[in-house]
Amino acid sequence: MPAVQETVDQVKAIDVDQYKYGFSTDIEMELAPKGLSEDIVRYISARKNEPAWMLEWRLDAYRRWLTMREPDWARVDYPQIDFQDMYYYAAPKSNPAPNSLDEIDPAILETYKKLGIPLREQEILAGIAPEKRIAVDAVFDSVSVVTTFKEELRKSGVIFCSISEALHEHPELVKQYIGSVVPTTDNFYATLNAAVFSDGSFVYIPPGVRCPMELSTYFRINEQKTGQFERTLIIADKGSYVSYLEGCTAPMRDENQLHAAVVELVALDDAEIKYSTVQNWYPGDSEGKGGIYNFVTKRGDCRGARSKISWTQVETGSAITWKYPSCILRGDESQGEFYSIAVSNGAQQVDSGTKMIHLGKNTRSRIISKGISAGRSQNTYRGLVSAHRRATNAKNFTNCDSLLIGDKCGAHTVPYIESKTASAVFEHEATTSKVSEDQMFYCMQRGLTQEEAIALIVNGFVKDVLQQLPMEFMVEAQKLIAISLEGSVG
Amino acid sequence: MSLLKIKNLTAKLADEDKQILNGLNLTVEKGQVAAIMGPNGSGKSTLSYVLAGREDYEVTGGEALLDGENILELAADERAAKGLFLAFQYPIEIPGVGQMTFLKAAINAQRKKNGLDEISTPEFIKLVNGKAKELGISPDMLKRSVNVGFSGGEKKRNEILQMALLQPKVAILDETDSGLDIDALKIVADGVNAMRSPDRSFVVITHYQRLLDYIKPDVVHVLSGGRIITTGGPELALELEAKGYADIVGKAA
Repeated sequence: MPAVQETVDQVKAIDVDQYKYGFSTDIEMELAPKGLSEDIVRYISARKNEPAWMLEWRLDAYRRWLTMREPDWARVDYPQIDFQDMYYYAAPKSNPAPNSLDEIDPAILETYKKLGIPLREQEILAGIAPEKRIAVDAVFDSVSVVTTFKEELRKSGVIFCSISEALHEHPELVKQYIGSVVPTTDNFYATLNAAVFSDGSFVYIPPGVRCPMELSTYFRINEQKTGQFERTLIIADKGSYVSYLEGCTAPMRDENQLHAAVVELVALDDAEIKYSTVQNWYPGDSEGKGGIYNFVTKRGDCRGARSKISWTQVETGSAITWKYPSCILRGDESQGEFYSIAVSNGAQQVDSGTKMIHLGKNTRSRIISKGISAGRSQNTYRGLVSAHRRATNAKNFTNCDSLLIGDKCGAHTVPYIESKTASAVFEHEATTSKVSEDQMFYCMQRGLTQEEAIALIVNGFVKDVLQQLPMEFMVEAQKLIAISLEGSVG
Repeated sequence: MSLLKIKNLTAKLADEDKQILNGLNLTVEKGQVAAIMGPNGSGKSTLSYVLAGREDYEVTGGEALLDGENILELAADERAAKGLFLAFQYPIEIPGVGQMTFLKAAINAQRKKNGLDEISTPEFIKLVNGKAKELGISPDMLKRSVNVGFSGGEKKRNEILQMALLQPKVAILDETDSGLDIDALKIVADGVNAMRSPDRSFVVITHYQRLLDYIKPDVVHVLSGGRIITTGGPELALELEAKGYADIVGKAA
């Protein structure tokens, strides 16, 4: 069990309340004027040199957003956000749109290196087998600073670039698909995102192509008082396959920062998209001061027959998490999957889950959710499974397990099930358990330290979800979970 | 030379006032198999938990020396690494954690504390397979999660497997015979007997004499009211079996 040992070493190396990625990079940034207005929307669009239709799209969204109310149904509690008291655009001053790595501020390269994300292809190439390479799009505050392996991917027809670049290079694709899964009218935060999104990743896999390497985006919030609004769009054309990973970190700050992203996935006939997230935004300190508000809309559209979309998420960070990666099972015989591990400690609040909307015939979905609460945190699973009249023989299996560590935290399960066809078969299982003193004592009597024992028991609890992650990330995720739970007992 | 020496030990549940161990004295010599018998509620299980360092018990006085060192201030895992092993009366289930993962984590945790390198995977597998075979533990059992879905007999054999792998100096067997049929009892007893050595001591806690037919003790102590009230040879166990506890407990009181 290498992970247990590594986990423990990692846990030992840091103190409680010490977030490993909490450093900030001192770099001169160009900021839009503080606050939000039509002018700011125009400013962002102009900075990106966008076509007129894109600006109109944004302004439409902005005007609609002004009429919307912040949702309050989630089981989370936070002071009112002042949307005029933050910056909506922050880009490194030196060169906001570098053409090559040499043009990037060395401080930024250093930041990613510190985070363990090498951006120089030659560094990545050294010692890594070709099939294990991962192409990375690095998003720093509001802009994408670099995308690696672009050329190599292009050889197989795969487009992987920032969404800003895609707007210029492939406007027809962006125009066709953006907002087609998460419309600008969708919800308060998604609409805000549509108005002010500054960057994000764009992926297009042509028909019949199996993407030759893992793609990933690494999001870093650095600037103070800045919201991050990125937008990711992934299109898997007929018969294609792609596996995509997303990672996120932010500096430790006393203030709360808003992260309101939108992710749209489109899978056409026989295509498959596997989307994995390891979310490690700064969670705030143990008293609940600071941390990221992670209000994210992620949705996949299984538009084609026999298409498949799979979400896997490991959520350990953020002060507040509000996200429900969902699948619209539109194509006949399409499949949706959601595998989630949500860990909360300290004063964190998590309200997360999924929606599986069965529209096509013989569609199948599977939900495995593992919530782990420690400290004084609250962890809610909220999920919807629905079958439309046409969705004959729709099948869903849901399993929600909650694990409590200590006696001051809470776990909640809120499943919604709606079926308009008699032939649908929906199964729901839920359990809540506690890391018992018996289990801890048993492990410790065999020689494991308290941290080792917790890591072992929790890793056992989340095993069936961890197995869904790409290999490299499985070990990473195991470590992350253990670190997040450091100091949760005793 | 004594391997385990308990002097005037008093202990209680952390959140209750009532003392359960009341000045317990016990010496277990190196290489000795000591049986501790006693009626229900005499403090047998408390003794094993207190020695192993379970946190919901509070030691209010006395000391327990393992190889000359007082272990009562140490955390449970440190006591384990010093060579103290407890075979649980009710082994605990750990869902999702594979047996092999658990066994390896335990071995390595102890090796690390004792300044040794981690065991290599081939060496580990060879070691486990060898011991498992001796105890009639099937390869299938090794693939399952720790104690999950195990029968009573399988759980007890699994405890003995862990003991065999960890090679403790002092092994405490807490009512290892409970819930076992004769065949399972024999396998467990054979496993224990195979580990008897001049350097290792056993504390066999049991309510019934039956187990002692298979694991022959060198000495038998009777525990009552949280103290050892009488000590004798193997014949004492037979006498208890014949006359019941009331007689002896009454005499001592």
